[in-house]
Amino acid sequence: MDRLNRVAALLTGDSRSAQVVPPSGSAAWLTVLAAAAMALLAVFALALTLATGRLAERWSGALSQTATVRISAPQAQLEAQTKQVLDILAATPGIASARAIEPAETRALLAPWFGPDLPVESLPIPQLIEVTETASGFDAEGLSLRLKAEAPGATLDDHMRWRKPLVEAAGWIRALGFLALGLTGAALAAMVTLAAQAALAANRQVIRVLRLIGARDAYIGRAFVRRFTLRAFFGALAGTLPGMAAVALLPAASEAGGFLTGLGFSGAQWLWPLAIPLVAAIVAFWATRAAAFRMLREVQ
Amino acid sequence: MSEQGQAVIEFENVAHGYGGGPLLSEVTLSLAPGSFHFLTGPSGAGKSTFLKLCYGELAPVAGRIALFGQELDAMSRDDIARLRQRVGVVHQDCQFLDHLPIADNVALPLTVSGRDADPTELRELIAWVGLTGRLKSLPPALSGGERQRAALARAVIMSPDVLLADEPTGNLDWEMSLRLLALLVELNRMGKTIVVATHDLNLIRAAKAQVSARVLRIKDRRLLLAGAEL
Repeated sequence: MDRLNRVAALLTGDSRSAQVVPPSGSAAWLTVLAAAAMALLAVFALALTLATGRLAERWSGALSQTATVRISAPQAQLEAQTKQVLDILAATPGIASARAIEPAETRALLAPWFGPDLPVESLPIPQLIEVTETASGFDAEGLSLRLKAEAPGATLDDHMRWRKPLVEAAGWIRALGFLALGLTGAALAAMVTLAAQAALAANRQVIRVLRLIGARDAYIGRAFVRRFTLRAFFGALAGTLPGMAAVALLPAASEAGGFLTGLGFSGAQWLWPLAIPLVAAIVAFWATRAAAFRMLREVQ
Repeated sequence: MSEQGQAVIEFENVAHGYGGGPLLSEVTLSLAPGSFHFLTGPSGAGKSTFLKLCYGELAPVAGRIALFGQELDAMSRDDIARLRQRVGVVHQDCQFLDHLPIADNVALPLTVSGRDADPTELRELIAWVGLTGRLKSLPPALSGGERQRAALARAVIMSPDVLLADEPTGNLDWEMSLRLLALLVELNRMGKTIVVATHDLNLIRAAKAQVSARVLRIKDRRLLLAGAEL
C-alpha cells in the first residue's frame, strides 16, 4: 500500500518540488523522442514475436496429428494398392481415419502451379492418402515396414521431416523477437540513464544547494525521477499508438499470403503493446533513480 | 573551550585539511544554546571550513563533531538533512537557485521539508530583511547586499536553533552591515545560537556594544578564544 502511495505521489507529483529543478531543454525532447522511437520498434518486435508464436503453434498443431501415404505405382495397380493401403491403415492402431484424396482435390492442390484444367487422370500423379492420427499416435516405423512389404509403391510421410525445421525456425524467430524486445528495453534504459546523468550534471549546483538547506536525497531524486519517468511514459505512448495503427493497417491474414499477412496481433494480444509505455516508464524510473542516487552520493 | 548548558555544537580534537597539510587541527569547542560567537582570522585561515564542518558539508579527518548531541559521522544522509533543517546557514556566496524568484528561494527550506510557507509570514519575513519590493525578482537581479539579506531570510525561515553566517557583511556597506547585525542580534535575543565568521573587526566591536558576544580566532591552525584586544 505504501509503495502504491509512493507511485501515486510520483505520478501526481508536487509542482513545487518539480520547480526546484530547472527545465532541462533539449535533453527533455531527446528523451521523449528516444522513448517514442524505441516503443515503435518494440511494437513491431512484439508483433513479430506473437505472430511467429501463433505460426509455430499452428504448424505444430496442424501437422502433428496428420500423415500422408503416397502411392506411386503403374496405373493398372494403383487402385488395388490404394485399397490395400487403406485396409492396412484401418487395421493399424493409433490411426483415427484414412481417406484417399479425390482427383478433384489433387487438381485443386496442383492448380497454383499448373492451372485449373490439369488432366489429373491422364498424368502419372501419385495417389495420396490422408491419414489422421489418434491422440496416442501410431508406430510410424512399423507402418512403413508393413507398407513396404504389402504395397511396394506406398511411402509413408509423417510430416516430421519438414515439420521439425519449420517449427524450429518459428521458435528461433520468436526468440529473436524476444531478444529484440529485451535489447530495445536495454537501449531505452541506456538512453534515459545518459540523459538523466546529463541533467544531473548540469544541475549539480542546484543539487548542492538543496542538500545544504536540508533536502533529503529522496526529495531531490524524486524531482528528476518523476520528470524522466513521465517523459519516457508519454514518449513511449506516442510511439506505441502509431506502431499499433501501422500493425492494424497490415493486410489481413490469409492462406495465400502466408506468414507475412499474418504479422500482427490477434484478439486479446492487442492489449500487449499497451504495456510498452508502462514498461518504458518502469525502465526510466529505475534508470533515473540509479543515476540520481549515484550522483547524490557524491554531494555532501 | 566549553560553555554552560547542553552544547548545540561540540568539536573534540577536530582536524581538517584539503590534502596540502592540515588547515585546522586539535579544535576543541563547545557552544551553548543562545550564545553569540564571532569567528575571526585572516583570509584562508579556515573560517569557512570550520562552518562547513559544523553543518556536515565537510567531514573531519580526525576528531569528532556533535550537533545537538548527535555525532555527525554516525548519522545517515537523511539524518544530516533533517539536522540541517535546524541549522540556518548564510553562505558567503549566498547559494540561491537562480531560476526561482526570491520569495521561492526564501521559502525553499520549507518547500523541501514538505511544508507550505504561509504567504503573510513569508511577506513579513522578507519585509524584515527589507526586500518587500524584490519578492518576484530573480537572484541575479539583486545587489550583493540584497542577496545577503535574502540569504539571511532563507536561513531563518525554519526558525532554526543555530544560525551560521559566513562573511554575511562581505558585500555590504557599513550602514547595511549594521542593519544586518541588528537582525542577527534580534535573532540571538530570541534564543538562537549565532556564529558569524568575519574579518571585520569594526562589526565585532559594534556587536559587543549590543550583545554578549565571544570572539573565536583561528591562528596557526588552532581555534583560540580572543582576548580583550578586540
